[in-house]
Amino acid sequence: MKKSSTSVQELPGAAVRRPTPPPAWQPRTDPAPLLPDPEPFRVLGTPAAAGADPALLLRLYTELVRGRRYNTQATALTKQGRLAVYPSSTGQEACEVAAALVLEDRDWLFPSYRDTLAAVARGLDPVQALTLLRGDWHTGYDPHEHRVAPLSTPLATQLPHAVGLAHAARLKGDDVVALALVGDGGTSEGDFHEALNFAAVWRAPVVFLVQNNGFAISVPLAKQSAAPSLAHKAVGYGMPGRLVDGNDAIAVHTVLAEAMDRARRGEGPTLVEAVTYRVEAHTNADDATRYREDSEVQAWRAHDPVKLMERELLERGVLDEAGIKKAAEGAEVMAARLRERMNAEPTLDPMDLFTHVYAEQTTQLAEQAALLRAELEASADPAPSGDARDAGSTGGEAAGERR
Amino acid sequence: MTTTAVKPATMASALQRALRDAMAEDPSVHVLGEDVGTLGGVFRITDGLAAEFGDDRCTDTPLAEAGILGTAVGMAMYGLRPVVEMQFDAFAYPSFEQLISHVAKMRNRTRGAMPLPITVRVPYGGGIGGVEHHSDSSEAYYMATAGLHVVTPATVDDAYGMLRAAIASDDPVVFLEPKRLYWSKAQWSPDEPAAVEPIGRAVVRRRGTSATLITYGPSVPVCLEAAEAARAEGWDLEVVDLRSLVPFDDETVAASVRRTGRAVVVHESTGFGGPGGEIAARVTERCFHHLEAPVLRVAGFDIPYPPPMLERHHLPGVDRVLDAVARLQWETES
Ligand SMILES: Cc1ncc(C[n+]2csc(CCOP(=O)(O)OP(=O)(O)O)c2C)c(N)n1
Repeated sequence: MKKSSTSVQELPGAAVRRPTPPPAWQPRTDPAPLLPDPEPFRVLGTPAAAGADPALLLRLYTELVRGRRYNTQATALTKQGRLAVYPSSTGQEACEVAAALVLEDRDWLFPSYRDTLAAVARGLDPVQALTLLRGDWHTGYDPHEHRVAPLSTPLATQLPHAVGLAHAARLKGDDVVALALVGDGGTSEGDFHEALNFAAVWRAPVVFLVQNNGFAISVPLAKQSAAPSLAHKAVGYGMPGRLVDGNDAIAVHTVLAEAMDRARRGEGPTLVEAVTYRVEAHTNADDATRYREDSEVQAWRAHDPVKLMERELLERGVLDEAGIKKAAEGAEVMAARLRERMNAEPTLDPMDLFTHVYAEQTTQLAEQAALLRAELEASADPAPSGDARDAGSTGGEAAGERR
Repeated sequence: MTTTAVKPATMASALQRALRDAMAEDPSVHVLGEDVGTLGGVFRITDGLAAEFGDDRCTDTPLAEAGILGTAVGMAMYGLRPVVEMQFDAFAYPSFEQLISHVAKMRNRTRGAMPLPITVRVPYGGGIGGVEHHSDSSEAYYMATAGLHVVTPATVDDAYGMLRAAIASDDPVVFLEPKRLYWSKAQWSPDEPAAVEPIGRAVVRRRGTSATLITYGPSVPVCLEAAEAARAEGWDLEVVDLRSLVPFDDETVAASVRRTGRAVVVHESTGFGGPGGEIAARVTERCFHHLEAPVLRVAGFDIPYPPPMLERHHLPGVDRVLDAVARLQWETES
């Protein structure tokens, strides 16, 4: 502070000792301008849309329609008790779909627990993608098959993994980029900050996509972050931040594609914030009326990602009523198939509990497996013991209570 | 003053009332956590607190468990009594650095000059059909950390009384709430809560003579049910509800086992390296000459918590407890 330096000089009789000034501090100017444009990038409904590739637009549209249908179908399945829980991404389909379509085959996707749709749009079997949420296994697919990491429930913890994988790929000389998804709430976790820092310092080929859907369960963004935007957070780590309209699929695709290219060129990570809205409740178990007004939801419904794309395509003559019908029918077929497959009871083998804990089973686990096998055999055996006890009873009344 | 009639209450409502009463009595009590304000917590334990006491007393924090507990440390250093809510067992893990390095050690590091009266509420355990990361039994991690009290109620009375005691404690308390008992009911009057044993004491929930079931939290009702079922087979089982894992009530437990001569420890967290090993060792050390059989353990399997469709095979139920009880006859048989 200014005051203390003058006061030393003013001390009567004191020898004036001027401290040697510190070496001039230079703010680093490389990488060059990092600050995001304050206005989210938009394409649909603007003149820029004329330059967009109609084939890509059509592809995005088809996936958006399927994605919306997937969300409504999965939500319906929770009502029938077929899924333990479903965090719907209705309203956010543009982010989900663009995230999947922007990737090359060899790239990796690191989804958060809400991003089933991105995984499906990437090519995952829709039923396998729901395994976690149905509750028959924790991850229903082999991550290597489509290069999709397990849906991560602990928030932001997948982000350092994305950085590490991207870094490893580069060390091996592979041309691979990782795209990691996180919610607005997740940006508050320490893992988010550590991941961004590592990514920037290592110039790792990774892209972070924040889906800012306004809420972390009940907590609005204003209570989550005081930053001008979440994209601004990039600057402190030394990477560019970009803001995009998260309901504009072509805009999200464009911004992500640029970021992916940048990463692929070896120029390091980018943080993209997509501004969108979670139209449904947090999950089917949540009561959103406790923390937000319906009028706000309705306003966002008017800025619907599927409708925005549809309008653009209709105006440009890339789509007509027949095309809309065709996309809807395709989505319906997908939904019917999903419903049918989800209505079939999954075949579960309780012995699987012991199969994948270690590469080689420990003697302790082998003993426990033997115990369970004996219990299962005893319960399958209709012994006339008059003993009505259920071998698998949890003893907990609330066991049927699904959240 | 009018007295409210004794009515059925849930454990969740008793916990909510305990928070409310603690905040009303002591302005230094502050609640913080994810979704604790407007929403009232995902289990509604903090429902109404923000409306009654304001956002500064019941605060929705940013989504960061290390931050929640770390700021609670600072608040406690300045004289407040923070009660933090971790949303689920497995989401508390980011806060372990703060818990282990600071919360548990501050009194010791400062030679008693700076105790930290923090209550960390953690809904824990399975049996509610939750997907991955929503059903961990994390008590062994806490028990292994010196400097923390670790407690868990199993009844509505205890939910109220123990939470009040935890908040009033001058030491950090990890208050484990058995999720699957949140909706369990009992006759209870919020205005005349029953006197409960202080933290650190175990309670005999059922008297018996043939063997002692030593248990806590979500496994208490399982053991009581098993004790009833065992009567048919001629076993009169005693059930001890530990209530507090740290400190551990050696006295009540040993007295019971000396009376019955046999013991089974029952909990749903994993057995290997789990709480049961410590408990069995203590019982053996104190009751060796009274024991008719080795102290047995009935625990969850040593696996990551299973998906909901398979959890019933993992959780120790009545049958597994009874099988263990049957095995207590080994010596008389051989
Ligand atoms: C580490 C951690 N803490 C808490 C939770 C519980 N939780 C699940 S979703 C959620 C809100 C997430 O909000 P946000 O990151 O904005 O994603 P969104 O749900 O909006 O997609 C919370 C608190 C969790 N899953 N992981």
